[in-house]
Amino acid sequence: MSMNNVFHIAASALTAQSMRLNAVASNLANADSAHASTGGGYKAKQVVFQAVGLGKTTPWAQGVRMKEVVEDQRPSRLVYDPKHPLADPKGYVAYPNVDPVEEMVNMISASRSYQTNAEVMTTARNLLQRTLAITQN
Amino acid sequence: MPSKIDKELAFIQSALNLRARRQEILASNIANSDTPNYKARDLDFRAALASAMGAVGGSVALTKTSARHLDAGASSGQAAGAHVKFRATVQPSLDGNTVDPDVERAHFTENALNYQFLVDRATSTFRTLGRALESGR
Repeated sequence: MSMNNVFHIAASALTAQSMRLNAVASNLANADSAHASTGGGYKAKQVVFQAVGLGKTTPWAQGVRMKEVVEDQRPSRLVYDPKHPLADPKGYVAYPNVDPVEEMVNMISASRSYQTNAEVMTTARNLLQRTLAITQN
Repeated sequence: MPSKIDKELAFIQSALNLRARRQEILASNIANSDTPNYKARDLDFRAALASAMGAVGGSVALTKTSARHLDAGASSGQAAGAHVKFRATVQPSLDGNTVDPDVERAHFTENALNYQFLVDRATSTFRTLGRALESGR
């Protein structure tokens, strides 16, 4: 039944978008995890998506999956705070390179995509129910 | 000798199959709206339906399980990936993705309505058939 593929496609998108939301949550949660300015602290993470086919007989049905998690390579944010226990001899403490504005945008985008795909599932379910009821009444 | 009802049902069957396939393609587009380098696709419905209708009444598509099997003249309209084309894009994004979620959602809803219309047509065809069968009593 080909309409079942719509469920698989939408489900793969829901999984992928929730992974993205997960990354956003980690980034925001760790936005203030201070570390020494020599490095080794938390780096902002971004997920990269990839289209994936759902079988040889239906090449037009493409789900989505997480391809990789890339770490943001931008330098850490340095804050002058000599009293901080992790401060270096010059008095600087490093904070992760998380950009809260970027993360909020990412979060809204992911949540919109999630909603849209949930909507797709609802539509597919309604269509299947109508199809099952063809010979009734 | 196919009767009028046979022809009507054959049309509804082909059209429903193609609507379901288009629904899958549009669901793939929506699912991949955040996938880098994904190109939005759509079904050339008119051409697909024309070739499916041309094939109806012809030979039945057979699955080949061995490379030495002969081609049984599979109906061209049902060939995997036939009539799927890339969508012309208005605003391509920097990551090479050409999905416009609003356009896809509109097409998805429209296609769902068309699917429901066809389901209603099938229901009423069966109802007509039922009335004709009962009329002799």
